[in-house]
Amino acid sequence: MLSIGTPAPDFNLYSTPDQQYTLQDFQGKNLIVAFYPADWSPVCGDQMSLYNEMLQLFRKQNAAIVGVSVDSKWCHQAYTQARNLHFPLLADFEPKGAVAKAYEAYDDKEGQCHRALYVIDGNGIIRWNFLSPPAVNPGADGILDALEKIQAKKI
Amino acid sequence: MAKLTPPPGPQDHARGKEGAPVTLVEYGDFQCPHCGKAFPAVEDIVKKMGPGLRFIFRHFPLSESHAMAKPAAIAAEAAGRQGKFWEMHHGIFQNQAMLSVEALFAIAQHIGLDLEQFRNDIQDTALEDKVDADFESGVRSGVNGTPSFFINGHKYNGSYDEESLMASLTF
Repeated sequence: MLSIGTPAPDFNLYSTPDQQYTLQDFQGKNLIVAFYPADWSPVCGDQMSLYNEMLQLFRKQNAAIVGVSVDSKWCHQAYTQARNLHFPLLADFEPKGAVAKAYEAYDDKEGQCHRALYVIDGNGIIRWNFLSPPAVNPGADGILDALEKIQAKKI
Repeated sequence: MAKLTPPPGPQDHARGKEGAPVTLVEYGDFQCPHCGKAFPAVEDIVKKMGPGLRFIFRHFPLSESHAMAKPAAIAAEAAGRQGKFWEMHHGIFQNQAMLSVEALFAIAQHIGLDLEQFRNDIQDTALEDKVDADFESGVRSGVNGTPSFFINGHKYNGSYDEESLMASLTF
């Protein structure tokens, strides 16, 4: 994983066929980037649903969240609607996994993203990272702790 | 290992005596099918362990996935104001497949609640705040799905069938 204190790599990815996001779009906010293996898989669904429930808590910490997988924008659009998600899932689809590779969150063997989390501050610097085993939903206690420390300028 | 935060206290709904050798805390969602499956297993364990166990239920509704999860949690809290949290908890899980506002009122009537008071209480934002506080405490305790169990304050990561849970409770 990329080290804490290093600048987060830029990205420019589609979430739906008519919506794109770049890292600059989140300037001034803390950003949680949650890489995950695949839409429509049970653990990923639980993980994204939990984050969806936590949006209010993230907003209190001046934070936004994006999910990133190698699924296409069409797949993300359907999955976001099916799960009633209120945050963007970004399609690291073409070239496949390019952003995940830049974030050292790509599993070459499986051809998909690792279950990896980054918290990036409003200046684009990585302040927290975590790698979870593929079958384990990492939860969000670590994310909340990191956001609180960033807000309190303790990390 | 994730630790329960905050520890059990007067804010919790508990069965069994304070000071029991084992305290089992469940974070559950009334509309989650896995929680519904765990419900009879936990009930059997509560009966079998008797005074050796204190059982606490905290709310962890995933509202965007389960539209009735939060209303059900609030209904249970409202029943708690009339001293019938556990009767409502049981009634909801026993009718999980057909949860609706009407069903919650039917359960409330069946367990003998004062329906006028129940109707008023479910609109009290303090009850929603209590449910939200349970949810946040779950996040901070490392809950990453439902049901999640804590045994004497430590997260239990095994299966939630009766045999596995019992083996971990009777160390």
